[in-house]
Amino acid sequence: MLPTSPGKTNKILSPEEGKLLESLTLNHFLTLSAILFSLGVFGVMTRRNAVVVLMGIELMLNSANINLIAFSRFNGNLDGQMLAIFVIVLAAAEAAVALAIILNMYSNLKTVNLDEVDQLKE
Amino acid sequence: MEVIMFWILAVIIVASAIATVFSKNIIYSAFSLLFSFLGVAGIYAMLSADFLAVTQIMVYVGGILTLLLFGVMLTNRITTMSLKTDVFNFIPGLIIAAVMLGSLLYVIWVTGTWAKHSPAVWDTTVESIGTLTITQYLLPFEMVAIILLVAVVGASYIARKDKQNIKS
Repeated sequence: MLPTSPGKTNKILSPEEGKLLESLTLNHFLTLSAILFSLGVFGVMTRRNAVVVLMGIELMLNSANINLIAFSRFNGNLDGQMLAIFVIVLAAAEAAVALAIILNMYSNLKTVNLDEVDQLKE
Repeated sequence: MEVIMFWILAVIIVASAIATVFSKNIIYSAFSLLFSFLGVAGIYAMLSADFLAVTQIMVYVGGILTLLLFGVMLTNRITTMSLKTDVFNFIPGLIIAAVMLGSLLYVIWVTGTWAKHSPAVWDTTVESIGTLTITQYLLPFEMVAIILLVAVVGASYIARKDKQNIKS
């Protein structure tokens, strides 16, 4: 049950529409999210460019969001969706700060390859 | 119908994520990421999260992807064709990703004991999310607002040019 205004947001639209998701189990969404997370981990581990590593992190955050929203849908409350909103906001903040750091790194060291950035000072 | 939609979206997401991770060209990676984000927004819409689907398109596609493209443009000399990036640690990364995928799938399909049925179709969730934001989740909402403010100020402080660098 939804915590606020029950009966209004959790109503059944029509019997056929309620049945449509029955053939899709929670495991489908969790499997998709697991594949996406593994691809993100692979990207973070193997890519040399810092911007592509950030893209891998965004993929991992997206897969976590799919997990949260799928559990929220299949458990019948909105807590997972609220958490997913906070994840999206923190992803935006993280991308802004990380790109600022990458720009600074490029202007100081003239490279964004992570294996060449191995010193604490110039 | 929904099953077909799910498989189409899943193929789009996984294929463009693979293209993002494996592509040698960073621009191709960024544009593949666009389709991945759009597919994830479709998955949100399938899961009755209409507000989050729109938020995903606005924040990720409109904000984060644009920011990443700016990062690509500003940190690579396009004229010297240095947009290519190569892969290192290929075998260890592949092993770790495969082991992680295998263990996740094992947990999901073998030891998962959660309910697999879905409840009835929801109406729009915008009103409930708004009410939850200002009642039960008020403190996290304010904290996240302050974090966003600090992150924006800090990012603009870090990314600014020094006066000595401008003169020289």
